[in-house]
Amino acid sequence: MPRITVTVDGIKYEEDVEPRLLLVHLLRERLGKTGTPVGCDTSNCGACTVMLDGTSVKSCSVLAVQADGCEVVTIEGLGVNGSMHPMQRAFHEEHALQCGYCTPGMVMAAIDLLREDPEPSEEAIRQGLEGNLCRCTGYCNIVKAVRRGAQEMGRAVTTP
Amino acid sequence: MSEIDTGMVAEQIEQSDQINEPAGTSEVGRPRRRKEDARLLTGRTQWTDNLSRPGMLQVMFLRSPMAHARITRVDVSGARELPGVVAAFSGQDFAAEQGSLPCAWPVSEDIVIPDHPPMAVSEVRYVGEAVACVIATDRYRAADALEAIDIEYEPLPAVLDMNEALADGSPKVHEAGNKAFSVKINSGDIDAAFRDAPVVIDRTYIQQRLIPSAMEPRAVLADTDGDAFTISSSTQIPHVLRVMLAVVTGIPEHKLRVIAPDVGGGFGSKLQVTAEEVLCLLLARKLGRPVKWTESRSEGNLTVHHGRDQIQHIRLAAEADGRIRGLQVDLLADMGAYLMLVTPGIPLLGASMFNAIYKMDAYEFGCTGVFTTKMPTDAYRGAGRPEATFGIERVMDELAAELKMDPVEVRRRNWIKHDEFPYTTISGLTYDSGNYEAATDRALALFGYDKLRAEQADRRDRGDPVQLGIGVSTYTEMCGLAPSRMLGEANYGAGGWEHGSVRMLPTGKVEVITGTSPHGQGHVTSWSQIAADALGVPFDDVTVLHGDTAIAHKGMDTYGSRSLVVGGIAVLKACEKVKDKARKLAAHVLECSPEDLEYAAGAFKVRGTDTQKTIQELAYAAFTAHDLPEGVEARLDSDATFDPENYSFPHGTHLCAVEVDTETGMVKIRSYVAVDDVGKVVNPLIVEGQVHGGIAQGIAQALFEEAVYDAEGNLLTTTMADYLLPSAADLPAFQLDRTESPATSNPLGVKGVGEAGTIASTPAVVNAIVDALRPRGIHDVRMPCTPERVWRALQDGALEGVRR
Repeated sequence: MPRITVTVDGIKYEEDVEPRLLLVHLLRERLGKTGTPVGCDTSNCGACTVMLDGTSVKSCSVLAVQADGCEVVTIEGLGVNGSMHPMQRAFHEEHALQCGYCTPGMVMAAIDLLREDPEPSEEAIRQGLEGNLCRCTGYCNIVKAVRRGAQEMGRAVTTP
Repeated sequence: MSEIDTGMVAEQIEQSDQINEPAGTSEVGRPRRRKEDARLLTGRTQWTDNLSRPGMLQVMFLRSPMAHARITRVDVSGARELPGVVAAFSGQDFAAEQGSLPCAWPVSEDIVIPDHPPMAVSEVRYVGEAVACVIATDRYRAADALEAIDIEYEPLPAVLDMNEALADGSPKVHEAGNKAFSVKINSGDIDAAFRDAPVVIDRTYIQQRLIPSAMEPRAVLADTDGDAFTISSSTQIPHVLRVMLAVVTGIPEHKLRVIAPDVGGGFGSKLQVTAEEVLCLLLARKLGRPVKWTESRSEGNLTVHHGRDQIQHIRLAAEADGRIRGLQVDLLADMGAYLMLVTPGIPLLGASMFNAIYKMDAYEFGCTGVFTTKMPTDAYRGAGRPEATFGIERVMDELAAELKMDPVEVRRRNWIKHDEFPYTTISGLTYDSGNYEAATDRALALFGYDKLRAEQADRRDRGDPVQLGIGVSTYTEMCGLAPSRMLGEANYGAGGWEHGSVRMLPTGKVEVITGTSPHGQGHVTSWSQIAADALGVPFDDVTVLHGDTAIAHKGMDTYGSRSLVVGGIAVLKACEKVKDKARKLAAHVLECSPEDLEYAAGAFKVRGTDTQKTIQELAYAAFTAHDLPEGVEARLDSDATFDPENYSFPHGTHLCAVEVDTETGMVKIRSYVAVDDVGKVVNPLIVEGQVHGGIAQGIAQALFEEAVYDAEGNLLTTTMADYLLPSAADLPAFQLDRTESPATSNPLGVKGVGEAGTIASTPAVVNAIVDALRPRGIHDVRMPCTPERVWRALQDGALEGVRR
C-alpha cells in the first residue's frame, strides 16, 4: 500500500493509502476533515472542491496518491487568526447560501476564480462557477457574494 | 491562507450585523443575516454522512438492473466471505421482519395500496429497487462485496407509459392491476358551461418526470443501545418518520429517537419514509452495532422519489369576451411502482388549484393514478400545485391567442378582484386576501412590458432570426399545509398543527424549540426574530433548537410552505404564554394587579410609575422560585400548538422575456421579473433567497430537467452529467419585488414562500417560448424546451404553414 505525505490545512500527515482511495475520502474519513462534502460521483456538482497546491480541484476526482507531497487547503483551513476569509464573509453578507451543502466548494471555486481574474464581470463569475451547482439560491446572491468578495480581497491586497 | 481558524467566527458575524442595521426597530420585517451561516461557511457541519460512531459499519445495497422481473435465485454467501464484510442479506432474509413502507394518504375508496417491502423479496418493479445488502467495515470493502452477490432474474415486461398501462391486456405491475385510484370532483354545471360555448380550448400537456436533486445525497446512521435506537437521517420529517418507523419495524415509539442533523436541501424529496431508513434500523437491531448508509448520486437519481409526471387533458370554455365559463381537467398521474408516503395525494393537492385566481361557473376535475415500472413519485417542490398552475396558465395563454387578446388582459377579465376577498372559489377554497391587480401592475412596470412588446413586434416585422417572447404567469398557491380539520376531510393520515416551545433560561437568555425541521430555510434566524419581538429580548439572546425528537418532542415537520405559517405562529403563541406567566409573576413581585402592568421593551412597568421588572429578572425569579404567586410553577417557559383554520394563499405575477434563436432552437432568458405577495414578511433576505431558488427550479423544469427512461425501463439520467441541473451560467439575475396583503388566518399575517417561485416560473417561461414562436404556427413546446425540441417544433410548425 503506497505511503503518502500530504499537508492539509497546515498540518502534515503521513498515511498508507489504497491506490484507489479518493482524496475526498482521505480527507473526510481518515483525517476527519468533514467540511468538504460529496454531492455527486461524476465531478459535476463541485461540492467537494478544495485547493491542491493553490489551485481548485474537485477532490472526488483526485486520487489520494496524486496528492502525495502536496498542500491541500479545505474550507476548514480558510481564514486567518480566527476571522473568516473575505469570501466566506461575503457569502454570509449577501445571503449566498441556504442549505449550505454546496457552499464550501462554491467558496473555494470563487477564490480560485479570482486568482485568474481579480475583478470579474457578472458574466465571468457565472461562467467561472459553472462547475459548482447550487439547488437553493438560484445563484443570484452567489454572484453578488463573489463580486463583494473580490472587492474585499482587492482591498486586502492594496491596503499596506 | 492555510492558517487554522481558531473559532471566532460567530462573534465576528454578530459584529458585522450590528454595523449595518439600525438598532431599536422591530425584528420582524428586518433583513437579518442568518445565524445558521457561520458553521455552514466554515465546514463545521453535521451532515449525516459526517457523523460517526465507534464500531460503525457501512451498508451498501445491491439494486435491481431490471425494471420488472422475478427474482429466481439470490445467494449472498460469496459476499460474506470477502475481507472486511460483516454480513450480507437478501430481501428474502428480511421477508419476515421488514414490514411494508407506508402510504399515509388513501385518497379514494377504490385505492389499491400494494405491499411495499423495503428490500424486494420475490419480484422487482423498477430499476434501482434494493434486492440485497452488504455490511462492511468501510465503503470500499462494501462496494467490492456487492460484486460477489449471485442473483438471477426472470424478466417480466416493463410498463412505462400510463396510457398503455391502463389499456386492456397490459402487463400488470401489481396483481390488482395498474389503476391505483380514481377521483372525480364536480362543481357547477359543467355541461351547461361547455354547451354552445363561443370558445373552447382543448389541450394536453405533459408534466415531465423530475428528479428533485437536493445537493446533499441522502444518508442514514442507525445506532442501538440494547433495546433503544437512535436514527440520524437527512430527512425533512423527523417526527413523522419516528411514528412511521415505529409502526413499520415494531420498535416501540418511546424506544426510538430520530435526529435530523444538518440537512442539505430537500424540496420534498426528504419528506419520505424510505426503504434505507427502515433497513438501517433493522440492521442495527440485527447486528447490535451502528450502521451507516450514504447514497451515491447515481443511486439517488434511481431511488429518491421522483416528482411531477402527469398527462393533463384540459378543456376550457369561454365567452367571446374572454370570460371563463367552465374548466374541465382530466389527469393521468404516474405513481411509479408503489405508493410512498403521500404519493396519491400529490395530484389531489392540485385539484383545487387548477381554477387558480379565476372566477368561473363550473369546474370538473378527474384524476387516475397509474402504476408503472418506474421509481415511485411523491412530493416535489410545490407538489401538485406547480402542475396545476402550469396547466391553467398555459391554457389562459391559448385562450388569449384564440381571441387575439393580450394575455394579461384575458387574465384581468377573469380574476377575483381586490375588493371581493374573502372569496370562495369554484373548487371550494376560501381565499382570505390578495390583490392581483397590484402585483400585476407592479410587475408590468418593472418589466417594461409595453417596450418589450414593441421590440417583439419589430423583430417579427424584420424577420429577425432571434425572436422575442414574453410570458406571463399569475398564480396563487395553497400554502401552510395545516388545518387539521381540512386535512381530515381530505383523508390525510395526520394533522397539520405545529408545536413551539419557549424556555426563558435563568440568565435571561431564551431557548426556542420548534417542531419544524429546516433544511436551508433559515428557521433559526426567522424564529429568533419572532421570539425577540414577542418577548422584547435581543435577537442574539435567542437560540432555536430543532430536528431531534428527544428535544423537539412534538411536531409535524417542514414541507408545503407550512413552517412559518404554522410553526412560526406556534412559537409566537408560546412566547405570549410565557409573557402571560411573567405578567402574573411581575404583578406578584411588584405588588400590583396584572392589569396595572404595561409591557414594553422587555419589561413590565407599573402604569404611570418608573417601577418595573424586566423579563430577564422575572426569568431568574421563576428559576429561584423563592417567592412565586399561588398557581405559578417554577421556570418561565411554555408550550403551544397552532392549527390554523384555513390555508394561506400567496400569489403573484411573474414575467419572463426569452430570446429564441429560430435557427438553432436555443432559448435564452433575457429578463425575469417576479412580484410576489407572501403577506407579511419576517425576513426579507430569506424571502428573497427562497424566491430566487424557487424560480431557478421552475425554470429548470421549463428548459433543462427530465428523468428519462428507455423502452426497457432503464433510467438514462442517473448522474448529474445526464440530468441537467442549471448552473450559474444558465440563469440570469432575477428582478424581484413584493406587494403585501396580510393573511387573515394567522396573527402575523404571513403566508409562506418556499414554493412560490417554482410554481410561478415554469409556465412563465414556456408561455414566453410559445409566444415567441406563435407566428410560426406553434402553440406548444413540450418540456423541457431543449434546443432540439424547439428546433423540431419550428420545423413542424413551418410544415404546418405550408400545408395551410
